Amino acid sequence: MNANGNQRTSTWLTTLAAAMFAFGFALVPLYDVFCDLTGLNRDAAQSLVNNTQVDASRRVRIELVANVQDGALWRFAAPRQPVDVHPGELVQIEYELENLTGQPLVGRAVPSYAPLAAAAHFKKIDCFCFREQRLAPHEKVRLPVLFVLDRGVARDMKVVTLSYTFFALGKRT
Amino acid sequence: MEANLAQPLPQAHHAAPGGVWRWLASTNHKDIGTLYFWFAATMFLIGGLMAMLIRAELFQPGLQLVQPEAFNQLTTLHGLIMIFGVIMPAFTAFANWQVPLMIGAPDMAFPRMNNWSFWLLPVAGVFLVGSTLLPGGAVAGGWTMYPPLFLQGGISYDLTIFAIHIMGASSIMGSINIATTILNMRAPGMTLMKMPLFVWTWLITAFLLIAVMPVLAGAVTMLLADRNFGTHFFDAAGGGDPVLFQHVFWFFGHPEVYILILPAFGIISSVIPTFSRKPLFGYASMVYATASIAILSFLVWGHHMFTVGMPAAAQLYFMYATLLIAVPTGVKVFNWVATMWRGSLTFETAMLFAVAFVCLFTIGGFSGLVLAMVPVDIQLQDTYYVVAHFHYVLVTGALFSIYAGLYYWLPKWTGHMVNETWGRWHFWLSAISVNVLFFPMHFLGLAGMPRRIPDYALQFADFNRVASIGGFVFGASQILLLIVILKCIRGGEKAEARAWEGAEGLEWTVPSPAPYHTFAQPPEVK
Repeated sequence: MNANGNQRTSTWLTTLAAAMFAFGFALVPLYDVFCDLTGLNRDAAQSLVNNTQVDASRRVRIELVANVQDGALWRFAAPRQPVDVHPGELVQIEYELENLTGQPLVGRAVPSYAPLAAAAHFKKIDCFCFREQRLAPHEKVRLPVLFVLDRGVARDMKVVTLSYTFFALGKRT
Repeated sequence: MEANLAQPLPQAHHAAPGGVWRWLASTNHKDIGTLYFWFAATMFLIGGLMAMLIRAELFQPGLQLVQPEAFNQLTTLHGLIMIFGVIMPAFTAFANWQVPLMIGAPDMAFPRMNNWSFWLLPVAGVFLVGSTLLPGGAVAGGWTMYPPLFLQGGISYDLTIFAIHIMGASSIMGSINIATTILNMRAPGMTLMKMPLFVWTWLITAFLLIAVMPVLAGAVTMLLADRNFGTHFFDAAGGGDPVLFQHVFWFFGHPEVYILILPAFGIISSVIPTFSRKPLFGYASMVYATASIAILSFLVWGHHMFTVGMPAAAQLYFMYATLLIAVPTGVKVFNWVATMWRGSLTFETAMLFAVAFVCLFTIGGFSGLVLAMVPVDIQLQDTYYVVAHFHYVLVTGALFSIYAGLYYWLPKWTGHMVNETWGRWHFWLSAISVNVLFFPMHFLGLAGMPRRIPDYALQFADFNRVASIGGFVFGASQILLLIVILKCIRGGEKAEARAWEGAEGLEWTVPSPAPYHTFAQPPEVK
């Protein structure tokens, strides 16, 4: 039995195990690097970048409104400018929310649309209104909305208003 | 080597200590092998009962016994338990018992770490099985733990990740121990190419484990971080990619498949020459074939995920690379057949299981070839054909090799010959019922029955009923194995040092049962 030899071998094998653990994490970027180098998964057929559903022949102006139920607690602000979108286009906008108090606050936004008929064509992929918002004292956050106004929206609907009203939820923290 | 022999061994030569401490604090490779074996047997009972429940639910269409949520938990836990709790510990049991005996070493290289490797396992086992009692039940997302499902479950998902971490640590420590023992502690004269093939397969398996268990640990750590620490490795909403998990998981998963079968090849390569009374045909080619399979196993993971939206070039590459594995595997199968060719064959139970292994594992290999072909796989992905395939390689493959190894080496471990009558009953009942159980699953899969469902369309009813009957008989037959083992421990015909007429190797030079300490003086190998 060669105790030194055993020590050496086990050190070597332990290093190998540790390196493979790191390699597992390295795989996260490495798969992308591999695809970039080889061009695999990088051709047009594989990519989802081309949105074929955009109706470039017209634009709809989206007016963005923010209301807050209790202005002493929160500052809730919409983007300053309305956005002009093509129907079918994927759009991301950001609202802002700030906790004005020294207390943690929980609240939730509820959307509404004008004209009401636009609601059926307003497809939100992700929205802060899907979740409760928890803010630490004086915390300020940006709240994204990712949406598509689909091609079915009527041609005479030139302006749509998206409005969020923010409500505080109880005393829960 | 010579220098250390004069000194007393770290553990003085005494008989086995008594009581519970013999087992809790054991550093003896034979005791730890026995512990591994009984742990695997216990988990086999639990995982087997889950399989019985699954087959009972699938006995007829409709929901009878378990609700879909519970059914999903059963399939998930059955998979995790059978892989990590049964097959792997059972092979480690063989490694612990046999590797030092076969290479003429007094014990494993790191006896205390060996104790650790084992005693981590029951903890992980309790976590896995105990998670059924937590709110929301046990994990139900399939043993492959794919996100996004795995990111959405309750506390038991975190506990399962922890259990995987523990089992991974146990496997890595065990493998470092086994590899070090094999590399450094062989008896003088035993060159690498004189090692029994079982030792070779375990050396290669140990390297596979050291290479891929950390990758699995990394993958489940990323799951854990996604679940609890706000990372987005696999969460598409945060810019992650659920398919990434499949890539990382199967980078572990495919070598894992060979971790579950290479030691089986080693056992079969010990059993068949003994009962053919001929040396193993093509020893060197067996070694090279094993090594080739191990290397190829790192290059084919994509065949588990042909349907994720992979570019055609990648599908083609993974298909050809996978088909290539049939070559070294074929070398092995033909070598076993050639070993038996014109041998003086006798069919003791160990040999029966070994021959059944060669036939039935080959069926599993062939259905694997079918699944390797992309156009076919796209049709058969996640059907019962896949279930049939991997149960042929894991039950009639890995498990039957474990049975063959048990019947072969029990005389060495207990000092008593196995009761052949009971053994034959166990073999024939198992071999017939296992085919009744799994063969119809090929037809179910070809007809389109998806896996992991508690209920199915009416046209699948007949074959499911046949499979369930086979399943119940197979499950009940395993009670015979327990009886065989217990009878063998308690008594029976006294085994000689060389328990089998044609047996070769160092383990047959020590008395049966093998003394608590063996090869304090290393034997000379010519």
